[in-house]
Amino acid sequence: MLVAVASGKGGTGKTTLASSLALVAAEKGKVIFLDCDVEEPNGHIMLKPRWEKKEAVRVPVPEINQEKCTFCGRCAEICAFHALVVLPQEVLLFPTMCHGCGGCWHLCPAGAISPGWREIGLVEEGSSEGIGFVRGRLNVGEAISPPLIEAVKERCRPGELNILDAPPGTSCPVIRTVKGADFCLLVTEPTPFGLHDLELACEMVASLGVPCGVVVNRSDGDDRLIRQFCQQNNLPLLLQLPHDREVARGYARGIPAVKVRPEWKEYFAALLSFIEEGGCTGARTGGAQREGRHGQDYRLRESGRTGSR
Amino acid sequence: MLADCDVDAANLYLLLDPVVKSASPFYGLKKATINKEKCLGCNLCLHLCRYDAIRPGFVVDPVLCEGCALCYHACPCGAVEMVDHVAGHLFHSETRYGPLVHARLGIAEDNSGKLVAAVRKEARRLAEEEKKELIITDGPPGIGCPVISCLSGTDLVLVVTEPTFSGKHDLERVLDLAEHFGCRAAVCVNKWDLEPENTRAVESLCNRRRVPVVGHLPYDESAVEAVKRGRPVILECSRTMEKGILALWDQLKVLLN
Repeated sequence: MLVAVASGKGGTGKTTLASSLALVAAEKGKVIFLDCDVEEPNGHIMLKPRWEKKEAVRVPVPEINQEKCTFCGRCAEICAFHALVVLPQEVLLFPTMCHGCGGCWHLCPAGAISPGWREIGLVEEGSSEGIGFVRGRLNVGEAISPPLIEAVKERCRPGELNILDAPPGTSCPVIRTVKGADFCLLVTEPTPFGLHDLELACEMVASLGVPCGVVVNRSDGDDRLIRQFCQQNNLPLLLQLPHDREVARGYARGIPAVKVRPEWKEYFAALLSFIEEGGCTGARTGGAQREGRHGQDYRLRESGRTGSR
Repeated sequence: MLADCDVDAANLYLLLDPVVKSASPFYGLKKATINKEKCLGCNLCLHLCRYDAIRPGFVVDPVLCEGCALCYHACPCGAVEMVDHVAGHLFHSETRYGPLVHARLGIAEDNSGKLVAAVRKEARRLAEEEKKELIITDGPPGIGCPVISCLSGTDLVLVVTEPTFSGKHDLERVLDLAEHFGCRAAVCVNKWDLEPENTRAVESLCNRRRVPVVGHLPYDESAVEAVKRGRPVILECSRTMEKGILALWDQLKVLLN
Protein backbone atom coordinates (compact mmCIF):
# COMPACT_ATOMS: atom_id res chain seq x y z
CA MET A 1 0.00 0.00 0.00
CA LEU A 2 1.22 3.46 -0.93
CA VAL A 3 0.32 6.35 1.38
CA ALA A 4 1.48 9.82 0.32
CA VAL A 5 1.83 12.65 2.83
CA ALA A 6 1.48 15.98 1.06
CA SER A 7 0.46 19.61 1.57
CA GLY A 8 0.05 22.68 -0.59
CA LYS A 9 1.96 24.80 1.88
CA GLY A 10 5.53 24.20 3.01
CA GLY A 11 6.32 23.78 6.69
CA THR A 12 2.94 22.39 7.76
CA GLY A 13 4.40 19.20 9.24
CA LYS A 14 4.52 16.58 6.48
CA THR A 15 7.77 15.11 7.74
CA THR A 16 6.57 15.27 11.35
CA LEU A 17 3.47 13.28 10.43
CA ALA A 18 5.17 10.88 8.03
CA SER A 19 8.02 10.00 10.42
CA SER A 20 5.70 9.42 13.39
CA LEU A 21 3.37 7.37 11.22
CA ALA A 22 6.30 5.21 10.10
CA LEU A 23 7.47 4.65 13.68
CA VAL A 24 4.01 3.60 14.83
CA ALA A 25 3.45 1.39 11.77
CA ALA A 26 6.80 -0.35 12.34
CA GLU A 27 5.58 -1.63 15.71
CA LYS A 28 3.02 -3.75 13.89
CA GLY A 29 4.32 -4.57 10.45
CA LYS A 30 6.72 -3.84 7.67
CA VAL A 31 7.02 -0.24 6.64
CA ILE A 32 9.22 1.75 4.33
CA PHE A 33 9.70 5.51 4.37
CA LEU A 34 10.38 7.08 0.97
CA ASP A 35 11.52 10.70 1.05
CA CYS A 36 10.28 12.16 -2.23
CA ASP A 37 11.10 15.75 -1.25
CA VAL A 38 14.29 15.42 -3.23
CA GLU A 39 15.00 19.16 -3.26
CA GLU A 40 15.06 19.40 0.53
CA PRO A 41 14.91 15.89 1.99
CA ASN A 42 14.45 15.95 5.78
CA GLY A 43 13.07 12.54 6.74
CA HIS A 44 16.56 11.23 7.59
CA ILE A 45 16.91 13.93 10.23
CA MET A 46 13.95 12.47 12.13
CA LEU A 47 14.51 8.76 11.49
CA LYS A 48 18.33 8.68 11.39
CA PRO A 49 18.75 5.69 9.05
CA ARG A 50 21.94 3.71 8.66
CA TRP A 51 22.83 3.97 4.98
CA GLU A 52 23.42 0.73 3.16
CA LYS A 53 23.68 1.68 -0.49
CA LYS A 54 23.43 4.54 -2.88
CA GLU A 55 22.95 4.83 -6.59
CA ALA A 56 23.31 7.72 -9.00
CA VAL A 57 20.21 8.63 -11.00
CA ARG A 58 20.86 9.56 -14.56
CA VAL A 59 18.71 11.17 -17.22
CA PRO A 60 19.26 11.04 -20.97
CA VAL A 61 20.84 14.07 -22.59
CA PRO A 62 22.04 14.61 -26.16
CA GLU A 63 25.65 14.01 -27.12
CA ILE A 64 26.56 15.92 -30.22
CA ASN A 65 29.12 14.67 -32.66
CA GLN A 66 30.47 18.01 -33.89
CA GLU A 67 32.19 16.28 -36.82
CA LYS A 68 28.99 14.83 -38.25
CA CYS A 69 26.94 17.95 -37.45
CA THR A 70 26.01 20.13 -40.43
CA PHE A 71 24.80 22.98 -38.17
CA CYS A 72 21.44 22.91 -39.90
CA GLY A 73 19.69 24.08 -36.74
CA ARG A 74 16.94 21.44 -36.80
CA CYS A 75 17.63 20.27 -33.22
CA ALA A 76 17.35 23.76 -31.77
CA GLU A 77 14.19 24.33 -33.79
CA ILE A 78 12.39 21.29 -32.43
CA CYS A 79 13.66 21.50 -28.85
CA ALA A 80 10.62 22.70 -26.92
CA PHE A 81 12.75 23.39 -23.86
CA HIS A 82 15.34 25.66 -25.55
CA ALA A 83 18.15 23.43 -24.36
CA LEU A 84 20.04 23.64 -27.65
CA VAL A 85 21.45 26.61 -29.52
CA VAL A 86 23.07 26.15 -32.92
CA LEU A 87 25.79 28.62 -33.86
CA PRO A 88 27.45 28.68 -37.31
CA GLN A 89 30.20 26.31 -36.16
CA GLU A 90 29.09 24.99 -32.82
CA VAL A 91 26.11 23.49 -31.02
CA LEU A 92 25.62 24.62 -27.44
CA LEU A 93 23.76 22.41 -24.97
CA PHE A 94 22.23 23.70 -21.72
CA PRO A 95 21.93 20.39 -19.90
CA THR A 96 19.75 21.57 -17.00
CA MET A 97 17.10 22.80 -19.45
CA CYS A 98 16.95 19.41 -21.21
CA HIS A 99 13.96 17.20 -20.41
CA GLY A 100 15.54 14.20 -22.13
CA CYS A 101 12.66 13.78 -24.58
CA GLY A 102 14.94 12.43 -27.28
CA GLY A 103 13.56 14.67 -30.02
CA CYS A 104 16.99 15.84 -31.13
CA TRP A 105 18.58 12.42 -31.47
CA HIS A 106 15.57 10.90 -33.15
CA LEU A 107 15.14 13.73 -35.64
CA CYS A 108 18.67 14.96 -36.41
CA PRO A 109 18.89 14.66 -40.23
CA ALA A 110 22.67 14.09 -40.09
CA GLY A 111 22.53 11.45 -37.37
CA ALA A 112 24.97 13.57 -35.39
CA ILE A 113 23.20 13.29 -32.04
CA SER A 114 23.16 10.27 -29.80
CA PRO A 115 21.72 9.79 -26.33
CA GLY A 116 24.16 10.19 -23.47
CA TRP A 117 23.62 10.27 -19.74
CA ARG A 118 23.85 12.89 -17.09
CA GLU A 119 23.64 12.47 -13.32
CA ILE A 120 21.00 14.57 -11.55
CA GLY A 121 21.14 13.15 -8.05
CA LEU A 122 21.32 10.14 -5.79
CA VAL A 123 18.95 7.57 -4.39
CA GLU A 124 20.14 6.31 -1.03
CA GLU A 125 18.76 3.31 0.84
CA GLY A 126 19.09 2.24 4.42
CA SER A 127 17.06 1.33 7.45
CA SER A 128 16.18 2.70 10.85
CA GLU A 129 14.63 0.81 13.77
CA GLY A 130 13.05 -1.70 11.41
CA ILE A 131 11.85 0.97 8.99
CA GLY A 132 13.12 0.70 5.44
CA PHE A 133 14.39 4.10 4.33
CA VAL A 134 14.83 5.54 0.83
CA ARG A 135 15.61 9.11 -0.05
CA GLY A 136 16.38 11.04 -3.20
CA ARG A 137 18.81 13.93 -3.19
CA LEU A 138 18.76 16.30 -6.15
CA ASN A 139 22.10 17.82 -7.09
CA VAL A 140 22.21 21.55 -6.41
CA GLY A 141 21.59 23.50 -9.62
CA GLU A 142 19.37 20.83 -11.18
CA ALA A 143 15.95 22.12 -12.14
CA ILE A 144 14.03 18.95 -12.89
CA SER A 145 13.26 16.57 -10.05
CA PRO A 146 10.52 14.20 -11.34
CA PRO A 147 12.91 11.56 -12.78
CA LEU A 148 14.61 11.35 -9.37
CA ILE A 149 11.23 11.06 -7.63
CA GLU A 150 10.38 8.20 -10.01
CA ALA A 151 13.63 6.48 -9.03
CA VAL A 152 12.70 6.79 -5.35
CA LYS A 153 9.21 5.40 -6.03
CA GLU A 154 10.67 2.44 -7.90
CA ARG A 155 11.96 1.29 -4.49
CA CYS A 156 8.41 0.89 -3.14
CA ARG A 157 7.91 -2.63 -1.81
CA PRO A 158 4.65 -4.32 -2.71
CA GLY A 159 2.86 -5.90 0.24
CA GLU A 160 4.41 -3.46 2.72
CA LEU A 161 3.25 -0.08 3.89
CA ASN A 162 5.04 2.52 1.77
CA ILE A 163 4.95 6.05 3.21
CA LEU A 164 5.80 8.70 0.63
CA ASP A 165 6.90 12.04 2.10
CA ALA A 166 5.99 14.49 -0.67
CA PRO A 167 7.55 17.87 -1.47
CA PRO A 168 5.43 20.97 -0.79
CA GLY A 169 3.30 22.63 -3.44
CA THR A 170 0.89 21.38 -6.09
CA SER A 171 2.97 21.17 -9.26
CA CYS A 172 4.99 18.48 -11.04
CA PRO A 173 7.16 17.13 -8.20
CA VAL A 174 4.11 16.65 -5.96
CA ILE A 175 2.01 15.21 -8.76
CA ARG A 176 4.73 12.72 -9.54
CA THR A 177 4.84 11.67 -5.89
CA VAL A 178 1.09 11.36 -5.32
CA LYS A 179 0.13 9.79 -8.66
CA GLY A 180 -0.56 6.11 -8.18
CA ALA A 181 -0.81 6.31 -4.37
CA ASP A 182 -3.64 4.43 -2.64
CA PHE A 183 -4.29 7.25 -0.23
CA CYS A 184 -3.04 10.78 0.34
CA LEU A 185 -2.88 12.51 3.71
CA LEU A 186 -3.01 16.28 3.35
CA VAL A 187 -1.38 18.12 6.22
CA THR A 188 -2.50 21.66 6.89
CA GLU A 189 -2.49 24.26 9.62
CA PRO A 190 -5.50 26.25 10.85
CA THR A 191 -4.62 29.55 9.17
CA PRO A 192 -5.94 31.24 6.01
CA PHE A 193 -2.67 30.21 4.30
CA GLY A 194 -3.21 26.63 5.38
CA LEU A 195 -6.80 26.63 4.14
CA HIS A 196 -5.98 28.24 0.81
CA ASP A 197 -3.19 25.81 0.07
CA LEU A 198 -5.30 22.88 1.27
CA GLU A 199 -7.97 23.81 -1.28
CA LEU A 200 -5.37 23.70 -4.06
CA ALA A 201 -3.89 20.45 -2.79
CA CYS A 202 -7.34 18.81 -2.64
CA GLU A 203 -8.08 19.76 -6.23
CA MET A 204 -4.70 18.40 -7.27
CA VAL A 205 -5.22 15.09 -5.48
CA ALA A 206 -8.77 14.79 -6.82
CA SER A 207 -7.53 15.36 -10.38
CA LEU A 208 -5.24 12.38 -9.89
CA GLY A 209 -8.11 10.24 -8.62
CA VAL A 210 -6.37 9.53 -5.32
CA PRO A 211 -8.63 9.47 -2.23
CA CYS A 212 -7.48 11.75 0.56
CA GLY A 213 -8.02 12.82 4.13
CA VAL A 214 -6.97 15.89 6.10
CA VAL A 215 -4.70 16.24 9.13
CA VAL A 216 -4.55 19.56 10.97
CA ASN A 217 -1.21 20.27 12.57
CA ARG A 218 -0.51 22.90 15.24
CA SER A 219 -4.17 23.09 16.09
CA ASP A 220 -4.96 25.64 18.81
CA GLY A 221 -8.46 24.31 19.28
CA ASP A 222 -10.09 26.64 16.78
CA ASP A 223 -10.09 24.74 13.49
CA ARG A 224 -13.43 26.01 12.18
CA LEU A 225 -11.87 27.15 8.90
CA ILE A 226 -10.54 23.71 8.06
CA ARG A 227 -13.48 21.81 9.56
CA GLN A 228 -15.98 23.76 7.44
CA PHE A 229 -13.96 23.19 4.33
CA CYS A 230 -13.78 19.46 4.98
CA GLN A 231 -17.51 19.22 5.61
CA GLN A 232 -18.39 21.18 2.50
CA ASN A 233 -16.16 19.00 0.37
CA ASN A 234 -17.03 15.73 1.98
CA LEU A 235 -13.44 15.14 3.08
CA PRO A 236 -12.62 13.23 6.23
CA LEU A 237 -10.84 15.30 8.87
CA LEU A 238 -8.77 12.50 10.30
CA LEU A 239 -6.56 13.98 12.95
CA GLN A 240 -5.91 17.23 14.76
CA LEU A 241 -2.47 17.47 16.31
CA PRO A 242 -2.33 20.18 18.94
CA HIS A 243 0.07 23.07 18.88
CA ASP A 244 2.80 21.91 21.23
CA ARG A 245 6.02 23.79 21.82
CA GLU A 246 7.77 20.68 23.11
CA VAL A 247 6.99 18.85 19.87
CA ALA A 248 8.31 21.85 17.93
CA ARG A 249 11.50 21.75 20.00
CA GLY A 250 11.78 18.03 19.43
CA TYR A 251 11.46 18.60 15.69
CA ALA A 252 14.19 21.24 15.94
CA ARG A 253 16.55 18.61 17.39
CA GLY A 254 15.44 15.82 15.06
CA ILE A 255 13.21 14.00 17.54
CA PRO A 256 9.95 12.65 16.07
CA ALA A 257 6.66 13.76 17.62
CA VAL A 258 5.74 10.29 18.99
CA LYS A 259 9.03 10.14 20.85
CA VAL A 260 8.35 13.49 22.50
CA ARG A 261 4.71 12.54 23.16
CA PRO A 262 4.42 8.74 23.30
CA GLU A 263 0.74 9.21 24.24
CA TRP A 264 0.13 10.38 20.64
CA LYS A 265 0.98 6.92 19.34
CA GLU A 266 -2.54 5.58 19.62
CA TYR A 267 -3.87 8.34 17.40
CA PHE A 268 -1.36 7.58 14.69
CA ALA A 269 -2.30 3.93 15.07
CA ALA A 270 -5.99 4.81 14.64
CA LEU A 271 -5.14 6.87 11.58
CA LEU A 272 -3.25 3.94 10.12
CA SER A 273 -6.04 1.48 10.66
CA PHE A 274 -8.51 3.91 9.11
CA ILE A 275 -6.38 4.02 5.98
CA GLU A 276 -5.67 0.31 5.93
CA GLU A 277 -9.24 -0.77 6.60
CA GLY A 278 -10.69 0.91 3.57
CA GLY A 279 -10.14 4.54 4.42
CA CYS A 280 -9.65 4.83 0.72
CA THR A 281 -13.27 4.04 0.05
CA GLY A 282 -14.45 5.63 3.26
CA ALA A 283 -12.98 8.92 2.15
CA ARG A 284 -15.28 8.97 -0.81
CA THR A 285 -18.44 7.61 0.67
CA GLY A 286 -18.26 9.53 3.93
CA GLY A 287 -20.99 8.65 6.39
CA ALA A 288 -21.04 7.16 9.82
CA GLN A 289 -17.49 5.96 9.95
CA ARG A 290 -16.24 9.47 9.44
CA GLU A 291 -18.37 10.86 12.19
CA GLY A 292 -16.75 8.37 14.51
CA ARG A 293 -13.35 9.69 13.56
CA HIS A 294 -14.39 13.22 14.28
CA GLY A 295 -15.22 12.16 17.82
CA GLN A 296 -11.78 10.72 18.15
CA ASP A 297 -10.12 13.90 16.93
CA TYR A 298 -11.49 15.77 19.90
CA ARG A 299 -10.07 13.24 22.30
CA LEU A 300 -6.68 13.62 20.75
CA ARG A 301 -6.75 17.34 21.05
CA GLU A 302 -7.78 17.21 24.68
CA SER A 303 -5.16 14.63 25.53
CA GLY A 304 -2.46 16.56 23.75
CA ARG A 305 -3.34 19.63 25.67
CA THR A 306 -3.19 17.90 28.99
CA GLY A 307 0.19 16.59 27.99
CA SER A 308 1.60 19.99 27.21
CA ARG A 309 0.48 21.58 30.45
CA MET B 1 6.56 46.54 -6.19
CA LEU B 2 5.58 43.09 -4.96
CA ALA B 3 5.80 39.80 -6.83
CA ASP B 4 4.50 36.52 -5.46
CA CYS B 5 6.52 33.82 -7.15
CA ASP B 6 5.29 30.90 -5.08
CA VAL B 7 2.98 30.17 -7.99
CA ASP B 8 2.06 26.70 -6.69
CA ALA B 9 0.52 28.16 -3.59
CA ALA B 10 0.50 31.94 -3.72
CA ASN B 11 -0.27 33.38 -0.30
CA LEU B 12 0.89 36.97 -0.34
CA TYR B 13 -2.40 38.31 -1.66
CA LEU B 14 -4.23 36.78 1.30
CA LEU B 15 -2.52 39.28 3.59
CA LEU B 16 -2.40 42.37 1.42
CA ASP B 17 -6.07 42.71 0.57
CA PRO B 18 -5.48 43.45 -3.12
CA VAL B 19 -7.87 44.74 -5.76
CA VAL B 20 -7.32 42.73 -8.93
CA LYS B 21 -6.91 45.13 -11.85
CA SER B 22 -6.29 42.66 -14.63
CA ALA B 23 -5.97 38.94 -15.20
CA SER B 24 -4.41 37.25 -18.18
CA PRO B 25 -4.07 33.62 -19.16
CA PHE B 26 -0.65 32.02 -18.95
CA TYR B 27 0.14 29.57 -21.69
CA GLY B 28 2.38 26.64 -20.87
CA LEU B 29 3.98 24.52 -23.54
CA LYS B 30 1.53 23.24 -26.11
CA LYS B 31 0.39 19.70 -25.44
CA ALA B 32 -0.18 16.87 -27.87
CA THR B 33 -3.54 15.52 -28.94
CA ILE B 34 -4.03 12.73 -31.42
CA ASN B 35 -6.52 13.00 -34.24
CA LYS B 36 -8.02 9.52 -34.40
CA GLU B 37 -9.22 9.96 -37.98
CA LYS B 38 -5.69 10.44 -39.27
CA CYS B 39 -4.04 7.93 -36.93
CA LEU B 40 -3.09 4.59 -38.49
CA GLY B 41 -2.18 3.02 -35.17
CA CYS B 42 1.50 2.42 -35.97
CA ASN B 43 2.48 2.81 -32.30
CA LEU B 44 5.53 4.96 -33.13
CA CYS B 45 4.45 7.74 -30.75
CA LEU B 46 3.83 5.24 -27.97
CA HIS B 47 7.27 3.85 -28.52
CA LEU B 48 9.04 7.22 -28.64
CA CYS B 49 7.34 9.05 -25.78
CA ARG B 50 9.70 9.07 -22.82
CA TYR B 51 7.01 10.27 -20.42
CA ASP B 52 4.57 7.39 -20.99
CA ALA B 53 2.02 10.06 -21.79
CA ILE B 54 0.32 8.15 -24.59
CA ARG B 55 -2.15 5.61 -23.30
CA PRO B 56 -3.35 2.61 -25.27
CA GLY B 57 -6.00 3.74 -27.71
CA PHE B 58 -3.83 6.76 -28.55
CA VAL B 59 -5.13 9.06 -25.86
CA VAL B 60 -2.64 11.59 -24.48
CA ASP B 61 -2.53 11.95 -20.70
CA PRO B 62 -2.31 15.74 -20.26
CA VAL B 63 -0.73 15.39 -16.81
CA LEU B 64 2.16 13.33 -18.14
CA CYS B 65 2.64 15.12 -21.49
CA GLU B 66 5.52 17.56 -21.12
CA GLY B 67 4.94 19.18 -24.51
CA CYS B 68 8.20 18.08 -26.12
CA ALA B 69 6.37 17.55 -29.46
CA LEU B 70 8.51 14.56 -30.44
CA CYS B 71 5.35 12.65 -31.37
CA TYR B 72 4.17 15.63 -33.43
CA HIS B 73 7.41 15.71 -35.40
CA ALA B 74 7.72 11.95 -35.75
CA CYS B 75 4.15 10.88 -36.62
CA PRO B 76 4.18 9.55 -40.20
CA CYS B 77 0.54 10.48 -40.80
CA GLY B 78 0.50 13.93 -39.23
CA ALA B 79 -2.12 12.79 -36.73
CA VAL B 80 -0.63 14.62 -33.75
CA GLU B 81 -1.62 18.20 -33.14
CA MET B 82 -0.01 20.49 -30.59
CA VAL B 83 -2.67 22.60 -28.94
CA ASP B 84 -2.44 25.72 -26.84
CA HIS B 85 -2.74 25.06 -23.23
CA VAL B 86 -3.68 27.51 -20.51
CA ALA B 87 -1.53 26.46 -17.55
CA GLY B 88 -2.49 29.24 -15.17
CA HIS B 89 -3.34 32.90 -14.76
CA LEU B 90 -1.33 36.00 -14.10
CA PHE B 91 -2.80 38.84 -12.05
CA HIS B 92 -1.89 42.46 -11.66
CA SER B 93 -3.34 43.90 -8.46
CA GLU B 94 -3.17 47.05 -6.45
CA THR B 95 -2.55 47.01 -2.70
CA ARG B 96 -2.16 49.87 -0.27
CA TYR B 97 1.55 49.00 -0.11
CA GLY B 98 2.12 49.07 -3.84
CA PRO B 99 1.32 47.06 -6.96
CA LEU B 100 1.36 43.26 -6.72
CA VAL B 101 1.90 40.73 -9.49
CA HIS B 102 0.77 37.23 -8.62
CA ALA B 103 -0.24 34.08 -10.38
CA ARG B 104 -2.19 30.91 -10.01
CA LEU B 105 -0.91 27.77 -11.61
CA GLY B 106 -3.66 25.49 -12.87
CA ILE B 107 -4.35 22.28 -10.99
CA ALA B 108 -1.85 19.51 -11.69
CA GLU B 109 0.13 21.73 -14.06
CA ASP B 110 3.83 21.82 -14.64
CA ASN B 111 5.80 24.77 -15.98
CA SER B 112 5.91 26.54 -12.64
CA GLY B 113 9.40 27.83 -13.49
CA LYS B 114 8.10 29.40 -16.65
CA LEU B 115 5.22 31.03 -14.79
CA VAL B 116 7.65 32.39 -12.18
CA ALA B 117 9.64 33.95 -15.03
CA ALA B 118 6.42 35.49 -16.40
CA VAL B 119 5.53 36.97 -12.99
CA ARG B 120 8.99 38.45 -12.60
CA LYS B 121 9.02 39.88 -16.10
CA GLU B 122 5.67 41.56 -15.53
CA ALA B 123 6.82 42.89 -12.14
CA ARG B 124 9.94 44.37 -13.71
CA ARG B 125 7.94 45.98 -16.50
CA LEU B 126 5.50 47.55 -14.04
CA ALA B 127 8.29 48.66 -11.71
CA GLU B 128 9.91 50.54 -14.55
CA GLU B 129 6.63 52.00 -15.68
CA GLU B 130 5.66 53.14 -12.19
CA LYS B 131 9.21 54.11 -11.22
CA LYS B 132 9.46 51.70 -8.29
CA GLU B 133 13.00 51.09 -7.09
CA LEU B 134 12.48 47.95 -5.09
CA ILE B 135 10.89 44.67 -6.14
CA ILE B 136 10.18 42.30 -3.26
CA THR B 137 9.70 38.77 -4.55
CA ASP B 138 8.14 36.08 -2.38
CA GLY B 139 9.83 32.90 -3.52
CA PRO B 140 8.78 29.25 -3.55
CA PRO B 141 10.32 26.57 -1.30
CA GLY B 142 12.97 24.11 -2.45
CA ILE B 143 15.89 24.33 -4.85
CA GLY B 144 14.26 23.19 -8.10
CA CYS B 145 13.08 24.93 -11.22
CA PRO B 146 10.74 27.59 -9.75
CA VAL B 147 13.39 28.61 -7.22
CA ILE B 148 16.11 28.79 -9.85
CA SER B 149 13.78 30.87 -11.98
CA CYS B 150 13.19 33.14 -8.99
CA LEU B 151 16.86 33.74 -8.12
CA SER B 152 18.28 34.75 -11.48
CA GLY B 153 19.20 38.39 -11.78
CA THR B 154 18.23 39.41 -8.24
CA ASP B 155 20.35 41.87 -6.27
CA LEU B 156 19.88 40.04 -3.01
CA VAL B 157 18.41 36.74 -1.89
CA LEU B 158 17.04 36.79 1.65
CA VAL B 159 16.95 33.20 2.88
CA VAL B 160 14.55 32.60 5.76
CA THR B 161 15.45 29.68 7.98
CA GLU B 162 14.57 28.31 11.40
CA PRO B 163 16.77 26.86 14.15
CA THR B 164 15.92 23.23 13.44
CA PHE B 165 18.13 20.49 12.03
CA SER B 166 15.91 20.45 8.94
CA GLY B 167 16.06 24.22 8.62
CA LYS B 168 19.86 24.18 8.75
CA HIS B 169 20.06 21.32 6.27
CA ASP B 170 17.77 23.10 3.78
CA LEU B 171 19.52 26.44 4.33
CA GLU B 172 22.84 24.94 3.23
CA ARG B 173 21.25 23.66 0.02
CA VAL B 174 19.67 27.02 -0.79
CA LEU B 175 22.95 28.84 -0.06
CA ASP B 176 24.73 26.36 -2.35
CA LEU B 177 22.18 27.14 -5.04
CA ALA B 178 22.58 30.92 -4.62
CA GLU B 179 26.35 30.49 -4.82
CA HIS B 180 26.01 28.26 -7.88
CA PHE B 181 24.14 31.03 -9.69
CA GLY B 182 26.33 33.82 -8.29
CA CYS B 183 23.57 35.45 -6.23
CA ARG B 184 24.34 37.45 -3.12
CA ALA B 185 22.57 35.97 -0.10
CA ALA B 186 21.66 37.04 3.43
CA VAL B 187 19.93 35.00 6.12
CA CYS B 188 17.10 35.65 8.54
CA VAL B 189 16.52 33.19 11.40
CA ASN B 190 12.82 32.89 12.17
CA LYS B 191 11.74 31.50 15.58
CA TRP B 192 15.38 31.90 16.68
CA ASP B 193 14.60 31.43 20.38
CA LEU B 194 12.94 28.02 19.84
CA GLU B 195 16.38 26.36 20.06
CA PRO B 196 19.05 29.03 20.67
CA GLU B 197 21.76 26.40 20.37
CA ASN B 198 20.68 25.61 16.81
CA THR B 199 20.51 29.33 16.06
CA ARG B 200 24.18 29.57 17.05
CA ALA B 201 24.94 26.66 14.73
CA VAL B 202 23.15 28.46 11.87
CA GLU B 203 25.11 31.63 12.65
CA SER B 204 28.46 29.86 12.60
CA LEU B 205 27.52 28.12 9.36
CA CYS B 206 26.74 31.54 7.83
CA ASN B 207 29.92 32.98 9.28
CA ARG B 208 31.98 30.23 7.69
CA ARG B 209 30.31 30.86 4.35
CA ARG B 210 30.61 34.64 4.73
CA VAL B 211 26.87 35.11 4.45
CA PRO B 212 25.54 37.86 6.73
CA VAL B 213 22.80 37.00 9.25
CA VAL B 214 20.60 40.07 9.02
CA GLY B 215 17.68 39.20 11.23
CA HIS B 216 16.45 37.24 14.22
CA LEU B 217 12.70 36.90 14.65
CA PRO B 218 11.26 35.36 17.82
CA TYR B 219 9.00 32.33 18.21
CA ASP B 220 5.90 34.39 18.75
CA GLU B 221 2.24 33.44 18.98
CA SER B 222 1.25 36.96 17.93
CA ALA B 223 2.64 36.30 14.44
CA VAL B 224 0.40 33.25 14.03
CA GLU B 225 -2.57 35.16 15.40
CA ALA B 226 -2.04 37.99 12.89
CA VAL B 227 -1.86 35.51 10.02
CA LYS B 228 -5.01 33.80 11.27
CA ARG B 229 -6.79 37.14 11.01
CA GLY B 230 -5.35 37.59 7.52
CA ARG B 231 -3.28 40.61 8.54
CA PRO B 232 0.41 41.37 7.85
CA VAL B 233 2.42 40.41 10.93
CA ILE B 234 4.03 43.84 11.38
CA LEU B 235 0.63 45.47 11.87
CA GLU B 236 -0.58 43.23 14.68
CA CYS B 237 2.33 41.66 16.50
CA SER B 238 4.10 41.89 19.82
CA ARG B 239 6.64 44.58 20.50
CA THR B 240 9.54 42.08 20.30
CA MET B 241 8.44 40.81 16.91
CA GLU B 242 8.00 44.36 15.61
CA LYS B 243 11.49 45.31 16.79
CA GLY B 244 12.89 42.21 15.11
CA ILE B 245 11.26 43.01 11.78
CA LEU B 246 12.33 46.65 11.86
CA ALA B 247 15.91 45.68 12.69
CA LEU B 248 15.86 43.23 9.77
CA TRP B 249 14.68 45.96 7.43
CA ASP B 250 17.43 48.33 8.64
CA GLN B 251 20.04 45.69 7.90
CA LEU B 252 18.56 44.98 4.48
CA LYS B 253 18.58 48.66 3.57
CA VAL B 254 22.30 48.77 4.33
CA LEU B 255 22.92 45.74 2.11
CA LEU B 256 20.78 47.06 -0.73
CA ASN B 257 22.38 50.49 -0.87
